[in-house]
Amino acid sequence: MGAPMTLFDLAQRGMSAQLVRMNAAASNLANASTVSSSENGTYRPIRAVFAEELDNRSGLASVNVRSVVRENTAAIKEHNPDHPLADGNGDIWKTPVDENAEMVEMLESARQYQNLVEALSTAKQLMLDTMRLK
Amino acid sequence: MSESLFGIHAAALELRSQRMGMITSNIANAATPGYRARDIDFSAALNARMNGMSADKASDAASLYRVPVMPTLDGNTVELPTEQVAFSENAVGYSATLSFISGRVNTITRALKGE
Repeated sequence: MGAPMTLFDLAQRGMSAQLVRMNAAASNLANASTVSSSENGTYRPIRAVFAEELDNRSGLASVNVRSVVRENTAAIKEHNPDHPLADGNGDIWKTPVDENAEMVEMLESARQYQNLVEALSTAKQLMLDTMRLK
Repeated sequence: MSESLFGIHAAALELRSQRMGMITSNIANAATPGYRARDIDFSAALNARMNGMSADKASDAASLYRVPVMPTLDGNTVELPTEQVAFSENAVGYSATLSFISGRVNTITRALKGE
């Protein structure tokens, strides 16, 4: 246990958590069109799960990434015997990524990141004013 | 000494600063499942503080959970518009209190210099 949490720590942790979330969405988008020859080998979308991190000494509640989980969605089967990765039945397995949902996730994450930056810069300005007492 | 010098404004600035931390916590936890947004009932906290309670205790006693306009599936009660409005209202209050304090400091400085 170091020093009590400050507003700066709080905002920094919140921003890192949002970055993890945005990276997860970007990974999902990057893998949106990958194809596999087996159902188990298919890429499943990953999702960051946040948890509250309460600092009792300062009363501030920060956020950290509790885990990055894989979504339990079924792979999409497509019959395509000409595909080089097709299995014995001539099927390929496509990644179950909903691109629209991922874009919305990224937008939401970016908005929450911006909110934190805005709150931090206001708080910083007020602290500076207090320091100078002008 | 500083209590009598700055009166209610010293207590108000302390509580405004604590409330700013609490609202920033809400903004940071906007995507945390099950997180319940909190806020300080400022006038209640200020009353308690002026009646001799310590700043930490006063803000703890006056912290309330926010009632969401629309509940969400994951149990998170942070609503960004509400938090943004509360944050800016609090920031304006902080600035106002700060200018009262700096006015007081200026008055005392001028009195000391005998201008």
